[in-house]
Amino acid sequence: MSEQYEGPIVFSEIEPYAGLKAALEKKKIDILSEVRESNLRGRGGAGFPTGVKWNLAATAKEDKKYVVCNADEGEPGTFKDRILLTRMPQLLFEGMVIAAYVIGADEGFVYLRGEYRSLFPGLENILKKMREDGALGANILGKEGFHFDIQIRMGAGAYVCGEETALIESMEGQRGEPRNRPPFPVNTGYNGFPTVVNNIETFVNVPHIVAKGAEWFKGFGTEKSAGTKLLSVSGDCAKPGVYEVEYGISIQDVLNIVEAQETQAVQVGGASGICLAEKDFGRRIAFEDVPTGGSFIVFNKSRKMIDAAGNFLKFFEEESCGQCTPCREGIPVLIEGLERIRSGECSEEYFQNLQSLCETMQLASKCGLGQSVPNAFLSILDNFKSEYELVS
Amino acid sequence: MSTAFDPDTSRAPVSQRRQTVAQTDPKNLGAMVTAVIDDVEVKVPFGTTILEAARTVGINIPTLCNHDDLCVAGVCRICVVEVEGQRTLQASCAYPIFDRIKVRTFTPRVRRARANIISLMLRNHYGECYSCAKNGICELQKYAEEYGITEYKFGHIEKPRYKTDTSSYALIRDMDKCILCKRCVRTCIDLQEVGVLEAAHRGARTKIETYMGKPLDDVICINCGQCVNRCPTGALREKDCTDDIWKAIDDPAKHVIIQTAPSPRAAIGEAFGLPPGTSVTKKLNTALKRVGFDAVFDTNFTADLTILEEGTELLLRLKKALVDKDASVALPQITSCSPGWVKFAEHFFPDYLDHVSTAKSPQQMFGAVVKTWYAQRNNIDPASIVSVSLMPCTAKKFECERPEMNDSGFQDVDFALTTREIANMIKKCGMDLPRLPDSDFDDPLGVGSGAALIFGATGGVMEAAIRTAYEIVTGEEVPFEKLRVEPVRGMQGIRSAELPIPKAVDDWKFLEGAVLKVIVAHGTANAKKVMEMLAAGELTDYHFIEIMACPGGCIGGGGQPVPTSLEIRKARVKAIYGEDESLAIRKSHENPVIKKIYEEFLTEGPCGHKSHELLHTHYVKRGKKIG
Repeated sequence: MSEQYEGPIVFSEIEPYAGLKAALEKKKIDILSEVRESNLRGRGGAGFPTGVKWNLAATAKEDKKYVVCNADEGEPGTFKDRILLTRMPQLLFEGMVIAAYVIGADEGFVYLRGEYRSLFPGLENILKKMREDGALGANILGKEGFHFDIQIRMGAGAYVCGEETALIESMEGQRGEPRNRPPFPVNTGYNGFPTVVNNIETFVNVPHIVAKGAEWFKGFGTEKSAGTKLLSVSGDCAKPGVYEVEYGISIQDVLNIVEAQETQAVQVGGASGICLAEKDFGRRIAFEDVPTGGSFIVFNKSRKMIDAAGNFLKFFEEESCGQCTPCREGIPVLIEGLERIRSGECSEEYFQNLQSLCETMQLASKCGLGQSVPNAFLSILDNFKSEYELVS
Repeated sequence: MSTAFDPDTSRAPVSQRRQTVAQTDPKNLGAMVTAVIDDVEVKVPFGTTILEAARTVGINIPTLCNHDDLCVAGVCRICVVEVEGQRTLQASCAYPIFDRIKVRTFTPRVRRARANIISLMLRNHYGECYSCAKNGICELQKYAEEYGITEYKFGHIEKPRYKTDTSSYALIRDMDKCILCKRCVRTCIDLQEVGVLEAAHRGARTKIETYMGKPLDDVICINCGQCVNRCPTGALREKDCTDDIWKAIDDPAKHVIIQTAPSPRAAIGEAFGLPPGTSVTKKLNTALKRVGFDAVFDTNFTADLTILEEGTELLLRLKKALVDKDASVALPQITSCSPGWVKFAEHFFPDYLDHVSTAKSPQQMFGAVVKTWYAQRNNIDPASIVSVSLMPCTAKKFECERPEMNDSGFQDVDFALTTREIANMIKKCGMDLPRLPDSDFDDPLGVGSGAALIFGATGGVMEAAIRTAYEIVTGEEVPFEKLRVEPVRGMQGIRSAELPIPKAVDDWKFLEGAVLKVIVAHGTANAKKVMEMLAAGELTDYHFIEIMACPGGCIGGGGQPVPTSLEIRKARVKAIYGEDESLAIRKSHENPVIKKIYEEFLTEGPCGHKSHELLHTHYVKRGKKIG
């Protein structure tokens, strides 16, 4: 894996505290407009406009508010947040401080994936240093009345806790299960108070935007997808690793950069994403085309895609929280169905039942996990029909 | 649509509480918003859920995890609907309306989703309907029928996955029938604040479990059965002992008597299609006689006895404290009629058990009297008596099996049956309860006062005690119109009242000018609040507390017909108060048979030696430690 990281935004040069200092010189409302103007959208995958989210939290009338960083990077095939946590944690924390300043929060949390416990001491050191620098704590960088500090909360290894409301449940000490929405965390979040939850990558973008301006930021990417995306590339290629690419880049271009040969398919967005076949390699990484949280798994022609679909389902079977019926009961049916398909025992009729079930899971599951379970299953069965045959 | 669920004490996450309207401008509270449901426009209060709004226009959206007594879960997903502007379907039970909204409740996508969800639930729902205790009242069965499920589209489990837990005297847990709606979990922790049940494991291995998967009789379950009342399937039920009853009835050598508590007669009609709140006391008597019980008695008789014993105990405690200045006397005194509450106190407040009256519950007093006084008077060998009770309660099954409940020389009460079990026995005989003729209770234990009857409603024991104690102390009737002691009535979770005692007869002169201060609480979540106040020393100037384990009191007991809701419980309460006013004797101390038993049998009077032997008990400091 390459040790050098270069890129137009996230990996571009920025002085420590440049973003935070610039922010504290501005009015809150101006930072909010800047972020909104930049079209920054959540980098976790769902792509909710960050400025809108912050504005909702900022206008919520509560004395207590929270900023939470979702560092529960758990999507199979993503590891870009770990690079950010080890390479530029201070930039992440700066992003959180700016968010806190804008919405009026005085406490923040990093919800750190259980498997990343080894990163904990390093992150604590940075927080300590920032407190010494006056960038955390009371009257931040001399800004009278602005108090904010960050704690790290450890997850316990549940994938579903990457879902923001399950994450909040877990932080409150409950079983990690997604909540009903509405209400959304921006008005009823941690302990019932307005809470902004953003991905690490989203927060890391913020100091750049504040220091260098929305116009500069919008100079990268497409009209609807401003900026860049970090991709975690893995699988059958010569140069796997983390890459910062501009939104709008085609799948084929990414494959060229990572020197992938004989590529049969790319799973974009991890287990919950979709599987693209060769005919789709001209499609682009962008919210308006192929959105992604960052996972980019390359399969060459030696792979059996139906096995990949089985692996993804097994992953979800393990990670479903088990509270809602479509997800909990639907996944085992899909696994069983795939087994029938693989062994050539699936009838047309049962195949239709499975497709109907997929629709139900996508529409009626309580959270994004259950809703996205069928994505890989459906796209693989759709794209690789030569791998199986139904019985009539 | 108020509920018994109290958001202030709930452990439920904020977003899952029923009233989730705090998140927008408070000025909107109380405002009306417009919902267009299947093209019908309706105005509903801000924050109303789609489910509730749909009901107001006559659309019943199917629900399984939702229950009006409980906080929102939004997990079964059967209630999904289309909301305009939303990509996915939304759970109508969990979707509060804040702005104008357009909803469609039965589009093709919705119908497909619901049918698939039911098929998914049936996949691991082991067993067949005809061999299930909830056959006919199962909500899953109802929806399977409604959605035309005639085959197991996604398969059907053929072997049980779990061992049925039959360890409890009161309840059976059959997790092979569980659909993981978590109503039991929410009932136990949010409604009752006991917390015996919780979801364990993840995904398809998710299971509702006790602490470390221990048997129910090893954990802190109080047997209240509120989970049974709310379980939509046969996963939770009472331990059925009707086979034992049939065996006893069929045995000519046995003298099988039944005592019937006041609450079942106000509710059993529901099992026969009568509307809630229809009292069927005398028809029930006929049914029980035809079923084959040798005598049908009234638990109200020993409810009156309880008032005399417990009331005297209170007055004696007051005398010790106020006249003898004995600082060791535990006051306020707390009622002991509700076996769910008693076990709750034993687990959660073991250091305060001396506050709980030593008087046995009416059921247990009855058992002790039947196998002694009744047996002697009628020359029946007590060994041949099978003493059965009809109770609204599952915890009574545990209570009658308590080892200390054998003061008659035998097990005082042999079997406690729930209202549901008796309804099944009557149905089995082909009897249509509403069409039966009336008949009276048998003598001599069939005479009860109206005061005893209202034991079934929260506040009823307190009211009965006040009607008697006030008269004993002052020599005058309570100063309330038609004996309605209104301050202790109602459905509020915790109520307190004060009753001045302007004058007193000679024996109780020390109480003259005093003010009797009382508290009534129902549901153990409320009991916990009261007990925490007691433990904090905030109730030192109170004298008497009534606590019932179940919401609404015994009429909302865990053995009553399902379903249950606040409206149903209110209707039952109304029936009981109505019947009280139709009776000639409405004060416990005026019950002629009570007078007789103190003349003939308990000759030292209330709280005398013999009373203590037969009618009083002691409690066990259980604590919360699970072995």
